[in-house]
Amino acid sequence: MKVSEFSGTGALIRLILRRDRLLLPIWIALPPLFVILVASAFVSLYPTAASQQTIAAQIVNGPGLVALLGPVSAPTVGALTAWRSSIFAAVIVAGANALTVIRHTRTDEETGRYELLGSGAVGRRAPLSASLVVTLGADLAIAALVTGGLVAFGLPVAGSVALGLSFAAIGWTFAAIAGVAAQLAESAGVARGIAGAIFVLFYVLRAAGDANEQSGQSWLSWLSPLGWMRLVKPFASERWGVFAIFLGAVIVLIAMAYTLSSRRDVGAGILTPRLGPARASPRLRSPLALAWRLHRLTLLAWAAMFAIYGVMVGYLAKTTADLLATNPQLANLFAHFGGASAYTDSLFTLSLTFLGWIAAAYAITATLRLQSEEVERRVDHVLATAVSRLRWATSDLALMVIGSAVVLAAFGLSAGLTYGLSTGNVGYELPRMLVATLAYLPAVWVVAGIAMALYGLVPRLSFVSWGVLGAFVLLELIGETLKVSQSILNLSPFNRVPAVLVSGVSVMPLVWLTILALVLTIVGLIGFQHRSIG
Amino acid sequence: MSVIHVENLTKSYGKTLALDKVDLEVEQGEVFGFIGPNGAGKTTTLRILLGLLHKNAGHVSVLGADPWRDAVALHRRLAYVPGDVSLWPNLSGGEVIDLLGRLRGGFDQSRRDELLERFKFDPTKPCRTYSTGNRQKVALIAAFISDVELFILDEPTLGLDPLMEAVFRDCIAEVRQAGKTVLLSSHILAEVEALCDRISIINEGTIVESGTLAELRHLTRISVSVETARPVTGLSELPGVHNVRVDGARAHFTVDAGAINRVMEHLTPFDALSLTSAPPTLEDLFLRHYELHTGDDAR
Repeated sequence: MKVSEFSGTGALIRLILRRDRLLLPIWIALPPLFVILVASAFVSLYPTAASQQTIAAQIVNGPGLVALLGPVSAPTVGALTAWRSSIFAAVIVAGANALTVIRHTRTDEETGRYELLGSGAVGRRAPLSASLVVTLGADLAIAALVTGGLVAFGLPVAGSVALGLSFAAIGWTFAAIAGVAAQLAESAGVARGIAGAIFVLFYVLRAAGDANEQSGQSWLSWLSPLGWMRLVKPFASERWGVFAIFLGAVIVLIAMAYTLSSRRDVGAGILTPRLGPARASPRLRSPLALAWRLHRLTLLAWAAMFAIYGVMVGYLAKTTADLLATNPQLANLFAHFGGASAYTDSLFTLSLTFLGWIAAAYAITATLRLQSEEVERRVDHVLATAVSRLRWATSDLALMVIGSAVVLAAFGLSAGLTYGLSTGNVGYELPRMLVATLAYLPAVWVVAGIAMALYGLVPRLSFVSWGVLGAFVLLELIGETLKVSQSILNLSPFNRVPAVLVSGVSVMPLVWLTILALVLTIVGLIGFQHRSIG
Repeated sequence: MSVIHVENLTKSYGKTLALDKVDLEVEQGEVFGFIGPNGAGKTTTLRILLGLLHKNAGHVSVLGADPWRDAVALHRRLAYVPGDVSLWPNLSGGEVIDLLGRLRGGFDQSRRDELLERFKFDPTKPCRTYSTGNRQKVALIAAFISDVELFILDEPTLGLDPLMEAVFRDCIAEVRQAGKTVLLSSHILAEVEALCDRISIINEGTIVESGTLAELRHLTRISVSVETARPVTGLSELPGVHNVRVDGARAHFTVDAGAINRVMEHLTPFDALSLTSAPPTLEDLFLRHYELHTGDDAR
């Protein structure tokens, strides 16, 4: 490893800071904001030690929640806050770290921007080093802000530091994972896919380990960095040694990324892509066929992810029901909250809330493919042929509409089937799970409609649709705990989705949401037809 | 009948004026060169001709139709090669060629095979692995397999090596032979000179010159390099002679087209041993135009 291989790192760091001057502050600010909101919510909801004790006991005794978010390590506001915020913060921080690293390594190589830099006095390890330095800096800033915020809020210092550092640690771990993925894959999309799949794997390992802690399978959690976050035990006899595991993992990963980077050519990956067909399939003759050809693998991956999540939730619901059946004391406790069946139903309903958000994220990505086609100038090829703007845009939107139905149905089917098979009542569980899941479709389409309206009218501001989704999510997260007025809560389309399992189907909200989605989409399409392209 | 008719076309992006009262007239069956430096407004003009961009003012008709209103019907009759060809990274080159050909309304399979052969193009690789030149080939092949009336080509030889450039020129000759019309934008002057019947020069959003190459030659000077037995004197005093530089037995200068005869007479007494002259290139013409218009004629 020669020093010259790192030359130019400083200049590249400045370049990254310049290019990400808007994104970076946003993703640094999100986790601290979220954590402080959660902490204040717990304080206002459970002001007494006794009420904190009760809620912690309820959570720990419901393996469903433990699997989704992990166990609560102590009955205090600090520990509850750590429990509630860790997974969400991990999604944001790990996602932002991985995307940043890939964006400034593989994406630059793929688009040829690296050639421009590489021909200057820039060592071949400089881009990876620069992006790792920037992400480390951002992660430490997050740790500092989280710690500072919680300490200012009055929580113990040690726990605040541990929680903040655990966010930074998961972030940098994923920066390093993305660094490896960027060496393996030849395209940024595949690299992102690898990083995403690894996150899902870690989540599943942690969920399985945490849910079966009593039966001695908690070692599974030790295999997952997401598990390590919890095993640090912020606000409950902090285990600082766990950070050494994080550090060790990051060092191994970074060494791996550097080794791989010196074994390949610029632009090439370790995984070589296969050759494609010399002729297009006879079906590839319309914009819809093109959209399908381009995005079918992505859709398949999303559907698989939703299906796995469904199996997990279905299985957990069964475990919960079993536990309640064998433990009359627990069953008694849950009777207070509406009985065993009500407990599984609310577990499903809670999982569906998350799922609705993720499906909406899919729908935004699928809708904004229109924008990336336009920005990359690929749309010029298509619109210069006998394809109208309307036909092109509606083809991609059709795939989004069908795709969002497919991913949600994948969850509904797998969850309903798993739970139904375990209770021996598939005929009852499957249809109602499917209906409850698909009830989220209109709300998902509204979010996609917002993205389309923005894209059609002011394409530069399309990214605001992510902010809108974030606001809806935040509304629901705060709304469930803080007392936000109903009229503000009602701004979120997700708040209008009937909780089918708990209170049955109500059709009118779904009809209204669908109409709203349609209107937004039409507004976007009209805007798109009347503006310049590119 | 003119295939492309542009009159007073004006387009601005916010406060920047991209096109200022551009006129363009391309006749049936000609190869028309649209030339200018990068950022002059060539691509903007072409994208307006395709109905991709709004115009602010002026009149535009392509094949007798309004490109904004009648885009779909019009696009069946033309093929477009964009300047910076960007393709779908996970589609193969062959797939893109077939797709674009089909979306345009069908193509000739044997013509496709023939063009793949001539451009020495491997259609099985995913587009993300293609070089600039190979991406350009995809767009060119996809255009030339179609039986259309008009080809709009934006910097079509960018990234092609000289051998492939020759293949491209053959293709242009063939479509010209078949009576089709070509609008070709370029900043490579030799290319336009070799291919085009008529040209328009655009700079900073305005057309600065239009006409056949012959018509535009009045703007240019021939550069001459001569070796004589005795050092030449008195050249600078001759009307129509510029940029004189005498280097011992060698003299270099440029001369207006009308003054050549007089220069030859002047050189005879000095006993010319060898003489080379370079014909006016479009580049000279371009520079000369600005010299004339900025009054920088002192050299």
